[in-house]
Amino acid sequence: MATPKDEILFDHNHDGIDRRGFLRCMAWAGTGTLCVLNGGVPTSYALGRGGEAGVKIPKGELTFVQISDSHMGFDKPANPDVVATFQAAIDKINALPIAPEFILHTGDISHLAKPAQFDNVEQILRSARASQVLYVPGEHDFVGDDGQQFRERFGKGTQGAGWYSFEKQGVHFIGLVNVANLKAGGLGSLGADQLEWLERDVKHLKSSTPLVVFAHIPLWTVYPDWGWGTDDSAQALGYLKRFGSVTVLNGHIHQTMQKVEGNVTFHTACSTAFPQPKPGTAPSPGPMKVPADQLRSLLGVTEVHYKKGQHALAITDSSLG
Amino acid sequence: MQRNTCVSVLRAATQMTALAVLGLTLAILAGTASAGENPTGSQITIDNFSFAPATLTVSAGTKVTWVNHDDIPHTVVSEDKATFRSQALDTDEKFSFTFAKPGTYTYFCSIHPKMTAKVVVQ
Repeated sequence: MATPKDEILFDHNHDGIDRRGFLRCMAWAGTGTLCVLNGGVPTSYALGRGGEAGVKIPKGELTFVQISDSHMGFDKPANPDVVATFQAAIDKINALPIAPEFILHTGDISHLAKPAQFDNVEQILRSARASQVLYVPGEHDFVGDDGQQFRERFGKGTQGAGWYSFEKQGVHFIGLVNVANLKAGGLGSLGADQLEWLERDVKHLKSSTPLVVFAHIPLWTVYPDWGWGTDDSAQALGYLKRFGSVTVLNGHIHQTMQKVEGNVTFHTACSTAFPQPKPGTAPSPGPMKVPADQLRSLLGVTEVHYKKGQHALAITDSSLG
Repeated sequence: MQRNTCVSVLRAATQMTALAVLGLTLAILAGTASAGENPTGSQITIDNFSFAPATLTVSAGTKVTWVNHDDIPHTVVSEDKATFRSQALDTDEKFSFTFAKPGTYTYFCSIHPKMTAKVVVQ
């Protein structure tokens, strides 16, 4: 497979922040590209359908995958078979030349928080070639019981509505919940308890510790009219300001979007269930119906690679078809 | 809609006394806005992440029914989260609540909280 042309995108904010450069790998329909920054020089691995020999990942490097918005139980015209597309996403992950160490699911696991829907997702994930799956909830996972079932299934070791942190290869991961106690007319919400916890959680970390924060609703204001933002995320980001590398991974909007602001890279993933329109291009942010042969090109997974000493994590989006 | 009804009523009632005209107009306006004297129910439609009408005015004792025509589930929850609170309504599912007491009831969808509307009970 030909190595695709690599592009370097500069920071758009022109704020004089260190311009090591941010490498963006273009996702090709049907395949993805993994780009690894090695002392500033990118090396790319094409992701194929399992044909490549396994690539050994050196110590001090970490690969994981983000999936999002599986909406198990959804069955409307935009995608009558979310089980098939979710399975296709897992197949895609299993075909990666580098097996991810774990999978992060950034929420809306289920469509209506029904037990059978959660069961279905967990069952399909058992065939994933990753040793661990970690979750944060979406608002659909909190329907009817404010997340009680979600926490029973996925909330071991979490606090409050389901937030937690952990460390892998020197990277500090923080899972946040911004879909609890939503107020009329509001956006996503972290709440005072979680913010206090977050402040304490990062307090004693060295500023050189890379952070990866994951939450369902975007932690930056993408499009407030459609609820695409979090009311109190500024306070959270304030606690993270001093860190040299912060990667924020979100879902909810069912399309990839990226923003770089100083040391913070924000990225949203595709859904594995159905696409949603670009901001303001439709009357509402609901499921977007496309011709059947185009559906999988608008669904996808995201691979993230970290190499010790590198400034930014390499983020690669791959569509399902 | 209401304005057209108003005009046609006034044209037809040129021979009536002022009080009678007023009475008839008010009755028709009440009829288009709510269930009228004997509440038989009022409907709110959910579609495109909106409640329509955004403000529904009814008389006390009216049973209001919401129906979801969107292709995504929504809920109907009073702002205080206590007065009324539906389960998640998938496409074509309904929820009803009888408004016994006068007042203004702001409500929202707890899944998509940007969706807000109100019922005014007189």
